[in-house]
Formats: sequence, structure tokens, C-alpha cells
Amino acid sequence: MDHLKKGEVNLGTSIMAAIFDGGVVLGADSRTTTGSYIANRVTDKLTQVHDTIWCCRSGSAADTQAIADIVHYHLQMYNVQNAEPPATHIAAALFQELCYTNKDQLSAGIIIAGYDKRHGGEVYSIPLGGSLHKQRYAIGGSGSTYIYGYCDANWKENFTEAECVEFVKGSLSEAVKWDGSSGGVIRMVVLTDRGAERKIFFPDEGYKGDGK
Amino acid sequence: MPGFDFSNHARNATLHARGLPLPKATSTGTTIVGCIFDGGVVIAADTRATSGPIVADKNCEKLHYIAPQIWCAGAGTAADTEFTTALISSSLELHSLSTGRKPRVVTCMTLLKQHLFRHQGHIGAYLVVAGVDPTGVHLFTVHAHGSTDKLPYVTMGSGSLAAMAIFETKWQKNLTREEAVALCAEAIEAGIFNDLGSGSNVDVCVIVSDKATLMRGYITPNERVPKEQSYKFARGTTAYLKEAIIEKKDLKKFVTIVDLAASGGATAGDVMEIDA
Repeated sequence: MDHLKKGEVNLGTSIMAAIFDGGVVLGADSRTTTGSYIANRVTDKLTQVHDTIWCCRSGSAADTQAIADIVHYHLQMYNVQNAEPPATHIAAALFQELCYTNKDQLSAGIIIAGYDKRHGGEVYSIPLGGSLHKQRYAIGGSGSTYIYGYCDANWKENFTEAECVEFVKGSLSEAVKWDGSSGGVIRMVVLTDRGAERKIFFPDEGYKGDGK
Repeated sequence: MPGFDFSNHARNATLHARGLPLPKATSTGTTIVGCIFDGGVVIAADTRATSGPIVADKNCEKLHYIAPQIWCAGAGTAADTEFTTALISSSLELHSLSTGRKPRVVTCMTLLKQHLFRHQGHIGAYLVVAGVDPTGVHLFTVHAHGSTDKLPYVTMGSGSLAAMAIFETKWQKNLTREEAVALCAEAIEAGIFNDLGSGSNVDVCVIVSDKATLMRGYITPNERVPKEQSYKFARGTTAYLKEAIIEKKDLKKFVTIVDLAASGGATAGDVMEIDA
């Protein structure tokens, strides 16, 4: 990433999220680094902020964890005060508020993905400046630069769930292959009306396992 | 009000502007580790404290008490690890008293990360947080900028690479208490012998559901042995030309002696106040 404070823990990352008919898939690698040292090789960069609203974190680990914790708190309050779960765009707006108003102090690139009954699967991306973009799929982190072409060529409207999982897995395994600061396992979360389901793919199986 | 006194910062900035180097804090160029086993968790640390190239303390304590079943290993700036752990220990005790529940490790970790994040990395505390609470066994690392990780085995400090090498080759699932203690101690020894910033002894703390056991100096691989040869100079080594012995009764010729008790009503210092 761009300019972190000295000695700060970095998520030199490959993250993405994509919608399909009936839900959304989030994916991330699992590498966190301090300089050239891998501080954690099985990191979980997919963070839950509500039942079926999750985010992919990239940039400073400390900054993105702090932001996610604050959004998690606000969404819990929202659910209690309104007696109904928040929609994905509510979460995205909260993330944007924090990222934009503190843009000078933060290095955080976040992708928000969620499923709700009214809007179905949705993906929002918030890059460094704090702008908010609603997209059908989003990629982020240092590894994303290598897969713009791959994603553009392979993404299709009206993916099935299985096709979408293969799309995310295929994209991230290319990102991990070419980006030195991405690696480890590929973690995924599938958000549908069934709720949230986790998947994990291992490098020693060539990311070809059944997701455990 | 809890908080920090920043008045020394202005002093240091002024001195620095006049060309003086900034004072260097004592850092614990350290090896600290932690490892989960079936039914508990063990943390360990070396005991060397350094300030620059100088060993400031050969047997310091880097294992800090947080709560009866939560302990913390600290790397980074010695003062920061001590005060941060003490501060969070205090608020966790009050929280435990007001809720009437045992403190949780996640609570401790959250208080630490929020405190460290608020200070944007200026508090140089790198911590391994371990403990057992009603929700189970937990092990975390907390970095100075406020990021946290949850792992089955962790290492931190300048010796973390040497220690992690041991874990990555020998760690396995479902360790026993004895195996976990031996593995952590070996990881610290790897730090002591292969990292210049780490040294001296191995401290270990084992936490299980009903108690925590601190084993200070669990291994002492750097015991000082008596010198094989004496370097004392024998009496009469230095030649002298003249000898004079001054007796006590003649002392008044050289120094003035004033008897304080005898010199009037006023005493030298204020009289100590005594409770009625």
C-alpha cells in the first residue's frame, strides 16, 4: 500500500466481492505483513459487521479493524432501535462517513458486501479518498492490479452461486500468484437468504479443494 | 483523571532544537511467545532489557499480571508495556467488580487495542495477551498501532523470527501442558541465543481454568560462574613514600563538628507531624 506509518501492520492484500442471482460472494487472501515479515499467514480479512453484511479489509490492519468495530457497534444499535436489520447501503454509508471524515489519518481500502431481502446481494467499494461506489463486483488491495483484465474478461451478469465462487477463486488465485505481498489460504464468505457460509481453499491443494 | 503528562515532550523538543540528541527510552528488545494447549494457554518471555547497545537489566520481568486468569507478555518500550498493562488491569478489575463477572480475554484485548489505536502507535507496546475465561481459552497479539490477531501460537519482539522458526517446525495440534511449556521455553531459548536484543533467562506463565502459575527463571542458561582467576591486587602492590595516621581526637583540626541537638531550640528540619 501507499504510505503507512513506520512499523505498522499492513494488509498487502488481494480482496474482492461479486454479486450473483440470490446473493453475494466475498473473498480474500490471508497474508499480513510487517515490512518483509509475514506477521500472520492465516489472517481473516473478511469481517462481519452484521448478520449478512460483511466487509473485506485492505490497507492498515489497525485502521480497518477500528473502523469495522465502530460500524459493527452502530449496526447493532440500528438493529435494536429500529427492530429490523440494517440494509447493506446503511452499512456502506457508515463506512464512508468514517473513511471520508478521517481520510488524512487513515489508510483503509474497504469493500462492503451484504445480502438483504429487499435489495438482494449488493457490493460497495470505498477506496483511499473515502468515495463510495456501488458495483456489481469490486476488487481491491495490492494484488488487485494484476487481475483487472482477468475479472473484466470473466465476469458475467446473472452468475449462479457456484459460478460466482469459481470466479472469485479464479481471480484471487491469479492475484496471489503474481502479487508478492498476497498469499496463504483463500477465504470466502457466501451471503444468501440462508445466511452466511464460510469457505476456505488451501495453497497446497492448488486452491482446488471443496472449500472444506 | 487517567492520562499522560506530555510536558517532557516540549522539553525534549527544545533540547533537540539546540542540537542535543533526544533521550532514548529503554526498550525490551525482546522475545515473547504464547501457545494454546488442551485446557489452557502458556506464555513465555526472555528477561533482557536494553537501551541502545547497553543491557539495562539482565533479569527484568516481561510477563505482566492483568487479572487472576489473564496475563500479558510485553515487547517494545518497557515503560509503555508496564503502564499500558497496569492501566488496563485496573479498568478490567473495576469492570469485573461492577458487572459481578470474571473478566474476559476479549474484553482485555479490546480495551488494549482501543487505547493503543487512540494513541496512533506513539505508545510502543507490543503485547501477547493470554488467558482463560468462562467462554474458553484465548490467545491474542496486539500491535502498537492497535491491530490484533487471534492464533493458536504466536511470537513477538526482535526475537520473534527465531522463536517462530521453532513453532513452525515443532508445533502440532492437541499439545499437553508439559509439551506446550517445553515448546514455548525452547522458542524463547532460540530468541536468547540467536537474537542480540534478547538474552538471559526464560520466564513462563501457565494459565488453566482454575489458576495461573508464574514460573520466574524457568530456565537460566546464562548463570554467572565464578572467575577462574582472581584479579585482586595483593596488599603492598603500590609503593608509598609517607604514612600518617589521624586519630579521632585530633579530627577537629581538619573538620568542624557541630552538635545539632545542642544548638538551641530550632532543629535542622521540620518536626514530623504525628496523627493525634
